[in-house]
Amino acid sequence: MLSYIDKIKEISTRLLKECQVEMVIGFRKGTVPMMNEPHFAKSAEDVQKFVWDSNCGINLCNYLTNRREKIGILAKGCDSRNIVTHIIENKIKRDQIVIIGVPCKGMIDRHKIEAMFDTEIEAVSEADGQINIKGDGVDKTIDKKDVLQQNCTICTHRNPVIYDELAADLVQEQTDVDKYEDVRRIEDMTPPEKWGYFEDLLSTCIRCYACRNACPLCYCPTCFVDESQPQWVGKSQDPTDIRTFHFLRAYHCAGRCTDCGACERACPMGIKVRILTKKLEKDCFELFDWESGLTLEKRPPLDTYRPDDPDGFIK
Amino acid sequence: MGTEPGRLQFFWVSSAESTKFVKVVTEVTHAIKALGPNKTLVKTMPKVAEDVELH
Repeated sequence: MLSYIDKIKEISTRLLKECQVEMVIGFRKGTVPMMNEPHFAKSAEDVQKFVWDSNCGINLCNYLTNRREKIGILAKGCDSRNIVTHIIENKIKRDQIVIIGVPCKGMIDRHKIEAMFDTEIEAVSEADGQINIKGDGVDKTIDKKDVLQQNCTICTHRNPVIYDELAADLVQEQTDVDKYEDVRRIEDMTPPEKWGYFEDLLSTCIRCYACRNACPLCYCPTCFVDESQPQWVGKSQDPTDIRTFHFLRAYHCAGRCTDCGACERACPMGIKVRILTKKLEKDCFELFDWESGLTLEKRPPLDTYRPDDPDGFIK
Repeated sequence: MGTEPGRLQFFWVSSAESTKFVKVVTEVTHAIKALGPNKTLVKTMPKVAEDVELH
């Protein structure tokens, strides 16, 4: 994926020079390893700062919400699906954006790598599917496929679903992946086991809302957790409040979440918050035959009504 | 999320179905009473006064 960068820079420079867009949203190297940050290039010089490697896991669609100008944006498979969702939800117009599709082979999970070493990681580089990690007394090379973000290992939409330019040839999609193995395991639990599982899952949450802030779906002007009149959910560290926050946030993403993994990636405590949104993703797929962000032609299940909508839970 | 089965129930009741509404409310009330007090998703308020030693 490192070889994409020349093409990315070339396309971005051209778009800016021809005034097709006012800025191009991409990534630049972060101040710490494995944390590339969003970069908003408005000139040919800015474009030179662009990077592309396996640390570009942030969902750039997050920066499109309610923008008025013409924008070029790099989009992995998941980003492109969120862009589709954004267009459907009138958060951006299709003719306002030039999508530079970036076929993706998966992003690495910094939590996994950090957990492997006791010492601070100072540099991470990659080549030919191998990741090299350097730190105080550490110099180790590992396979990239062993440290992929979990959502990337089960991803079936690596190629952008919507694009105007392509930064590289399309990659082969993964087939034959079991997306919902972990969800089924929880579904099979008894109610007390489920209660215990979620208690344990969310026990380290510090309510920093990084998951919400990283999520392109969470664009409400006032989030329900910030509202104080009425106050929908307590602001304390009480497990009940924490649980309410996470479950409600997940429900707000039902039929919209593309499992891009931005929430989990952003979590400073390494909480596997995706398990909640994945359950809803699975339900939408099984009950409504819906995968979010694949087409501009169909309305999502939560804003359409069909007489044959499944309603077995209502007596 | 791990609440007991039956603690949460959904019904269709039209505004014209007053007798069904009464029936549903009675049924659910009986069913929930049989389950006993809710143990999950209960927020316990911090005990303030008891923990503070007055000097």
